[in-house]
Amino acid sequence: MNNQPIVRIGAKIMIPFIMLFALYVQFHGDFGPGGGFQAGVIFAASLILYAIIYDVEEARKIVHPWALNIFLGLGIILYAGTGIAGIFLGGNFLDYNVLAHDPVHGQHLGILLVELGVGITVTCAMTIIFFIFARQEH
Amino acid sequence: MIDFYINITLLSFLVLTAIAITRVRNLFSVVMLSGMYSLLTAAMFVMLDAVDVAFTEAAVGAGISTVLMLATMALVGEKEAAPKKRFSLLPITIVLITGLVVVYGTSDMPNFGDPAAAIHNHVADVYIAESGVKTGLPNIVTSVLASYRGYDTLGETTVIFTAAVAVMVLLGSLIHPKKREDEE
Repeated sequence: MNNQPIVRIGAKIMIPFIMLFALYVQFHGDFGPGGGFQAGVIFAASLILYAIIYDVEEARKIVHPWALNIFLGLGIILYAGTGIAGIFLGGNFLDYNVLAHDPVHGQHLGILLVELGVGITVTCAMTIIFFIFARQEH
Repeated sequence: MIDFYINITLLSFLVLTAIAITRVRNLFSVVMLSGMYSLLTAAMFVMLDAVDVAFTEAAVGAGISTVLMLATMALVGEKEAAPKKRFSLLPITIVLITGLVVVYGTSDMPNFGDPAAAIHNHVADVYIAESGVKTGLPNIVTSVLASYRGYDTLGETTVIFTAAVAVMVLLGSLIHPKKREDEE
């Protein structure tokens, strides 16, 4: 769709706002509707929109496959690592109370970290699946 | 009262979309209709005050899965082969009987929002009373999802991870593309 100026410029204007909205959903999920899953999907949607409008090859220059593969695993490691950090700090697996001096702060930190892990993994998984599907056409 | 009419309208549209999906033979239309179906479901979730679920349904069901179906359609073509037999009695009988059993089953279910329902008398009260104080988060959904049910969410994330790995194994990873058999 590279030869359609209205679509191309419209997407160019929208993509930064979609990404910003994904970050809002990610970090505001504690207070309103949203969270890691939704934010990850919205962020992946902005990358997929870019890949559809410009080209999958162009999109792969922005998010390198290596980075996607590494962050796919890093998200889960961040989640499970937060849980294991709870064990080392004297609590149970995924016990956030011990992560900070104050249990409420610990809960806040733990939830922020695991939601971030979910968001990273979901973004990478969705983008990887789309890139692989799109490559099959060639 | 307006809720009632909105629910009836949404449910009728859901049924119409489902019937259209079974009737239409053009796969592009089917993909678009299934996106519509997800969007209508998301609206139903908003009517049930489940905004978090509605959000996910709109993003995953209407957004990502539509794109993935379109990508698949680009590989398999737009036309679905017409069925040979136009009418058969057995499938419609099975569907009707199963449907009647399901409708009969709903007669035992508590009404929507009934405070005496079993689901509202287990741990929900504790979450509503304590989660705001214990986790400091006003959104109970997030505190249940990430803290009280942290194990489940870790499992769900692993499922998403596994899905991506499975696609890589089947179709070749992005870094080391699998060669097609006709290219070898």
